Amino acid sequence: MGNPMKIRTKLDGDVVQVRVLMSHPMETGQRKTPEGELIPQHFIQLVSASYKDRTVLSAQWGAAISRNPYLSFKFQGAAKGEKVKISWVDSKGDSRTDEATIE
Amino acid sequence: MQHRRRDFLKLLSLMAAAGLLPAGAARAEEWNKAAFGSKKLDELMKLLGAGAPQQSDLVALIGPEIAENGAVVPLEVESKLLDTESIAILIEKNPNILAGIFTIPSGTLPDIQTRVKMAETCNVYALATAGGKRYFAVKEIKVTLGGCGG
Repeated sequence: MGNPMKIRTKLDGDVVQVRVLMSHPMETGQRKTPEGELIPQHFIQLVSASYKDRTVLSAQWGAAISRNPYLSFKFQGAAKGEKVKISWVDSKGDSRTDEATIE
Repeated sequence: MQHRRRDFLKLLSLMAAAGLLPAGAARAEEWNKAAFGSKKLDELMKLLGAGAPQQSDLVALIGPEIAENGAVVPLEVESKLLDTESIAILIEKNPNILAGIFTIPSGTLPDIQTRVKMAETCNVYALATAGGKRYFAVKEIKVTLGGCGG
């Protein structure tokens, strides 16, 4: 399940910038432990963001996205006090959804 | 009971196929396993359905000239192409070239930022799809310390 995402919003007119910091190891499957054993792959594969039942962004990620991924995007038609919801699903099938109120 | 569940699932998939389910109710999209496993640039272009993308000033890839830490390279991709549908980030010398694909619905600005891992100094490509065509921007980013070491 991981830790909650940190979601920050910045409204400018009706365009909102959403910045998200997710908590995830994003293991590539190429790193080794000090004992020389491969650390298995474990990374976020699907990300989606929605606003009032409207998908405002969806993404597919590989293991090359950095650990504790950062994502920023902007969409139109946003209003103060409404919510934006972010979800991810990782390569082990774990998932997490968090939401933030637009400020 | 087992039977009913299967029928329900069948119904769900039919509804999804007919576009009756709101986005997010069905599995939004499948992870493109073949594309993410691709190790060659031209092979990846084929998998993404991009024949020969065209270099364009309307796609901007903003990143550092030199990345001291290849594990965290901040990138921004902004497209000024009308109706940009998606943006992909490709890192030429990573073990798997494709880092991410971002789908941009209408109402979302084609301007995204993220951070990526880079194994070594190489070209990074931002590939934008607009009107069914592919356009790209390229930038060489020098890496002093690789991001995929043990």
